[in-house]
Amino acid sequence: MKVLTRGTVTVDVEQCKGCDMCIPACPPGVLSMSREVNGRGYRFPILHPGCTGCQACQQICPDWVFEVFRYEEPIELEVPES
Amino acid sequence: MTDAIVERPIVPTEHRPDRAAHEVGHKVAPLLLTEQSHFCPGCGEPIAARTILENLVELGVAGQSVAVLGIGCYTAMASSFDIDTVQALHGRAPSVATGVKRMKPDSIVFTLQGDGDMVNEGLQEVLHTAARGESVTAILLNNGVFGETGGHMTATSVLGQRTKNTIDGRDAEYHGYPIRIADLIAQLDGVAYVARGSVHSPGAIAKTKKMVHKALQMQVERKGFSFVEILTMCPTGWFIPTIEGPQYMDDTLGQVHTMGELEVRG
Repeated sequence: MKVLTRGTVTVDVEQCKGCDMCIPACPPGVLSMSREVNGRGYRFPILHPGCTGCQACQQICPDWVFEVFRYEEPIELEVPES
Repeated sequence: MTDAIVERPIVPTEHRPDRAAHEVGHKVAPLLLTEQSHFCPGCGEPIAARTILENLVELGVAGQSVAVLGIGCYTAMASSFDIDTVQALHGRAPSVATGVKRMKPDSIVFTLQGDGDMVNEGLQEVLHTAARGESVTAILLNNGVFGETGGHMTATSVLGQRTKNTIDGRDAEYHGYPIRIADLIAQLDGVAYVARGSVHSPGAIAKTKKMVHKALQMQVERKGFSFVEILTMCPTGWFIPTIEGPQYMDDTLGQVHTMGELEVRG
C-alpha cells in the first residue's frame, strides 16, 4: 500500500524530553515514540510515512525538537498492508 | 497499539530532506538566543512563549518591544529573549510596564506573568493598570499552581484540583473559590481587548496566537489595555504523566476558565 506523503520533519533527538505530546497532536498520526532513549534517558518521536508538513508537532513541542518541511511535489511511500 | 505502530516503516529524521522541499515555521521560536528549553517535560510555557515571539516578528515590532517579567518558571526566559526585558518583583509587572510605556511611548510593552504572580501576589497591580487603560499588554500564563515552588494552590486553582497543599482537592469551604481573572478584567472600562486561550492542542495554539496578535495590535493602535490569559500545562505541578497534561488541562482548568474572547472594544 502506498501512502501519500506531503512533508517530513527532522527530530533533534537530544533536545527531546519525551513528553509524548506530539504523538496525539499529529493529525495524520504518523509519529510514535521510540523504544530507545536519548543521552538523557528520554524516549523520542519517530516518523512514519504520511506526514503532511502541517507543523502541529512543531507548535506543541515544548522543547523545540522539530524542523518541518513540505515537499515541492508530494511523494508516495510504501507501507505494508495492516 | 504501540506494537502495531512500530511495524510501520520509519522515515529518517536525522537530516534535512534530500529532495526538493521548503522549510515551514521555525524549529526554535524566533527571538531566542538559545536552542535549549530549560522547562520540565510537557510544560506549556515555552509553547505559549512561541506564540508571543512569533507575533512580535510578524507584527514587525520586535526591535521596539520590552518584556516585563514577573516571578515564575518563565522568568528564566528573560536571559534568552533577544528583546529588551525588565525583571519586576512579584506581581508588580503591570506597574513596571506602565512606567516603561509612559517613558517610552513608542515601545511595545508586554508583561509575562504566571497565575501565582498576577492573581495571588499582585492582583491589584493588573486591575489598576487595566482600569487606567494603560496602553500595555498583559499576558498571563495560567496553570493553576505555583509551578516554580513545587505545585501549590493558587487563586486560579479550580475546585477539586489536587495540588501540593490541597491533596484532597481544592475545597470551597476551606480554600475559597477560584478567581476568573480574565472575566474580572473584562468588566473594567479601560480595557480594549480581553481573551483567554490555551496551548493544549494545535488548534488551541493557533487560536491563542491570533489572540496575542489582536492584543498586541490594540497596543500598536493605542486603543487601551489588552490582556490575554493562556492556560498552560504543568504536569510536574499537577503530579500527572506528561501525556495526560493536555486532556487534564481541558477537563479541569478549561471547564472553569472558559476559552474565547471576552471583550473586544478596539
